[in-house]
Amino acid sequence: MEAAFSVLVALFFGVGIYLILSRHVIRIVLGIAIFGNAVNLLIFTSGRITRDGVPIIPAGSDLLAGPAANPLPQALILTAIVISFSFFAFVLVLAYRAYQEIGVDDTMDMRISEPRDDQLPPMGY
Amino acid sequence: MEIGAQPLTLLALLLPFVAAALAPLLCRVLKHNAAWLLALAPALIFLHLAGFVPQVASGRPIAGGYDWIPSLGIRFSWYLDGLSLTFGLLISGIGALIVLYSGGYLKGHAQQGRFFSFILLFMGAMLGLVVSDSFLMLFVFWELTSITSFLLIGFDHGRQAARRAALQALVVTGMGGLSLLAGLLVVSAVTGARDLSMLLSSGEAMRESPLYLAALLLILGGAFTKSAQFPFHFWLPNAMEAPTPVSAYLHSATMVKAGVYLLMRLNPVLGDTAAWETLLPVFGGTTMLVGALLAVRQTDLKLMLAYTTVSSLGLLVMLTGFGSERALEAAVLYLVAHSLFKGALFMVAGLIDHETGTRDITRLAGLSRAMPITFAAGLLAALSMGGVPLFFGFVAKEEIYAAVGVLGVWPVALIMVAIAGNALMFAIAFTVGLKPFLGSRDDMPKRPHEGPALLWIGPLCLALLGLAAGIFTQALHAAISSPMASAVAGMPMDITASGIPHLGLPLYLSAATIALGIAVYRLQSRLRDVIAGALDAIGWGPDRGFDQVLRGLVRVSFAATRIIQNGRLDIYLTVTFVCVAITLLVPMVAYGELPAAPQFPALLPHEWTIVMIAVIGLGAVVYAKDRLTAIVSLGIQGFAVALLFMLFGAPDLSFTQFMVETLSVVILALVMTRLKLTPSDHRRRRDKALDLTVSGSCGVAIGLLLLKVTQLPFDDRLSAFYEAHSRELAHGRNIVNVIIVDFRGLDTLGEIAVVMIAGLAILALIRVTTPDVAKDAR
Repeated sequence: MEAAFSVLVALFFGVGIYLILSRHVIRIVLGIAIFGNAVNLLIFTSGRITRDGVPIIPAGSDLLAGPAANPLPQALILTAIVISFSFFAFVLVLAYRAYQEIGVDDTMDMRISEPRDDQLPPMGY
Repeated sequence: MEIGAQPLTLLALLLPFVAAALAPLLCRVLKHNAAWLLALAPALIFLHLAGFVPQVASGRPIAGGYDWIPSLGIRFSWYLDGLSLTFGLLISGIGALIVLYSGGYLKGHAQQGRFFSFILLFMGAMLGLVVSDSFLMLFVFWELTSITSFLLIGFDHGRQAARRAALQALVVTGMGGLSLLAGLLVVSAVTGARDLSMLLSSGEAMRESPLYLAALLLILGGAFTKSAQFPFHFWLPNAMEAPTPVSAYLHSATMVKAGVYLLMRLNPVLGDTAAWETLLPVFGGTTMLVGALLAVRQTDLKLMLAYTTVSSLGLLVMLTGFGSERALEAAVLYLVAHSLFKGALFMVAGLIDHETGTRDITRLAGLSRAMPITFAAGLLAALSMGGVPLFFGFVAKEEIYAAVGVLGVWPVALIMVAIAGNALMFAIAFTVGLKPFLGSRDDMPKRPHEGPALLWIGPLCLALLGLAAGIFTQALHAAISSPMASAVAGMPMDITASGIPHLGLPLYLSAATIALGIAVYRLQSRLRDVIAGALDAIGWGPDRGFDQVLRGLVRVSFAATRIIQNGRLDIYLTVTFVCVAITLLVPMVAYGELPAAPQFPALLPHEWTIVMIAVIGLGAVVYAKDRLTAIVSLGIQGFAVALLFMLFGAPDLSFTQFMVETLSVVILALVMTRLKLTPSDHRRRRDKALDLTVSGSCGVAIGLLLLKVTQLPFDDRLSAFYEAHSRELAHGRNIVNVIIVDFRGLDTLGEIAVVMIAGLAILALIRVTTPDVAKDAR
């Protein structure tokens, strides 16, 4: 099963990075969203995959009834989902405001802080 | 040797720093009269150190200290022998006079308190430098003198010339400091010594080590830059941008002698080798001649003195490396004499500048009646500098000639250098100390009159001391010169030179020097033109070289920045991901750690379906031609992931993922409908191919890594711990929830903080508007 998931994770990463590498802000934002999912699946898969059931202790017992899914990666991913969502929202708003202010969505043209014709600093002391 | 904690000495070493902290406050209350109070600090230190003279003179150095960083074996320890004690007395004694002088010189200056602070800081650093026993302490104080020197040269920071001079001094002496540090580390590695006092007894091991030459060159790098030896001499004349008290104190009497101090200190360890006795006289002699010739070229009193200081430092280095005990005696005497007369002459120059408004020798004349006390101080100091009998300068010069005046090719060459240099310095001495006072009064910016007591006490004291030292030579030798020479030579020495002339070769050489000096004095303006013409013909000097190096540095770093920080996000990202792919793939291939070929995955049909849905969603995002398709496709892959979580035992993840994906789609739809943007790709085909390669390699690399990881045995200890203790310790049945809110509760708090900060940032982004500025910049 992990083999199938590995291929899927590779695909998620490939697509996410391909989108991030495009110079268009909106595609970069989409890429970031996919990248987040890719990382979550990576953690999920490396904690091993099983159909054995959920890691919940049945009533009246102190231990799991039998083999269950690994709870540790789940806890990590739960945190990661929320954080990648806030990051996604932030990047989205940043892109939106940048477009409002400077009217371009191509990162090649977003060069206010690093202008193309940067001058030598003054040579005095 | 006496070892032990001496709280009073520690107090004396810290006193300048305390005074520096109090100076601005005192200055605000007492104005320039704070000088009287502040001068007490160096005066007290002087008295404290003077108390050690009898013991040190009897050949018993004083050592003491406290543990500083015991775990590293670093101590705050001092070692007072004849050499450091003499330096300490010069620093504190002249320091007291300089503080008084600064009180008068900068009277009414808005930043006088700051000035006092800096100069007292410097005093503390310099004092620490000469009494330091441990290498580390020596280096720290060495650098501290460079930094305070930077602050003082740049005191008048409104002028570009002052800023340039300050930076130049810092760069040159700072580089030297690094070289010194490296040298000390080599010495420490060879001999195992961490303290100077320990090192002094391991000279033999040092000289025979194959690393000797490396250590010597590195230490000379430190000493030569600090003591302005050719070709590093150029920063010292530029340092004259500092107020005159600084020039008198740092750049003639004390700091620039730190290099000479170091050479003298290490003479018993590094000296007595062919390299030492070649390098020092060659560099010292060159410096002496170059400095003296350049001094004659100047018309500014301070610059003339600055170049003669360069020249004198050259002489000191030359004598230190000459290789005879006599030469060391001469160096010791000349060092003391130089501190006295040069300090005095600088203060006289500053006094003239202060009262007449100019330092140009061609404009100054006839001041003897208006400024009698200044005249007296200037003349006395000039007589000492010129080496006229009865003065201490004469004693020193006699000793120099006695030391160098032995037969042989090498000494004869050096004696010519010494005579030429001394004659030129003689001429300069009287140009500064006599010429402005003779003749008829010319036009000067201000009507000259005698300066206040604060200004003439310093120069007069030093000049008189130069005379007193020349008369009471034997007492001075017993207390100061002989112990110092013994420390430099590393064996007991007894100096007998006196200020009374007696027939012999040194006296003839002295007479020749004075005759030549008088000739130069009379022909000075013609000589000045000749040297100026020669310099113009050369047209380049290390000073201009410094500018060229700095400009080159700016250009190189600008070019490098343009390459590395080119302002293009796609290049930054491409480089990042290429590196990711390389770091993952290369070791895996190089070490043969590739995963084994997997079995055909045993997924059930409905699982395959969901995987395929995710794949289709991904493809659709990439190929989407309009906004809505892109958004919906993003939702498809997200929901597919949520379903996978659901199927493989992670309902909590599934719910969260559903919620987050829904929200993402909603927000994205809201924002994207406001933007007139199409998500379609408009990259060139070649760019697309490159991006595809990079992202493909990254994906493959991560996939292989994951495959490899899952093929390794699984370590479930941590998961097992949570499974075992979730109910028992945390009383929760849903293990995932227990981990999040209980076992790792603090992490969750951090996560909530991140979400909150992201929310605040989003709010700020929406609220902040920058009208016009950004739009104009396009």
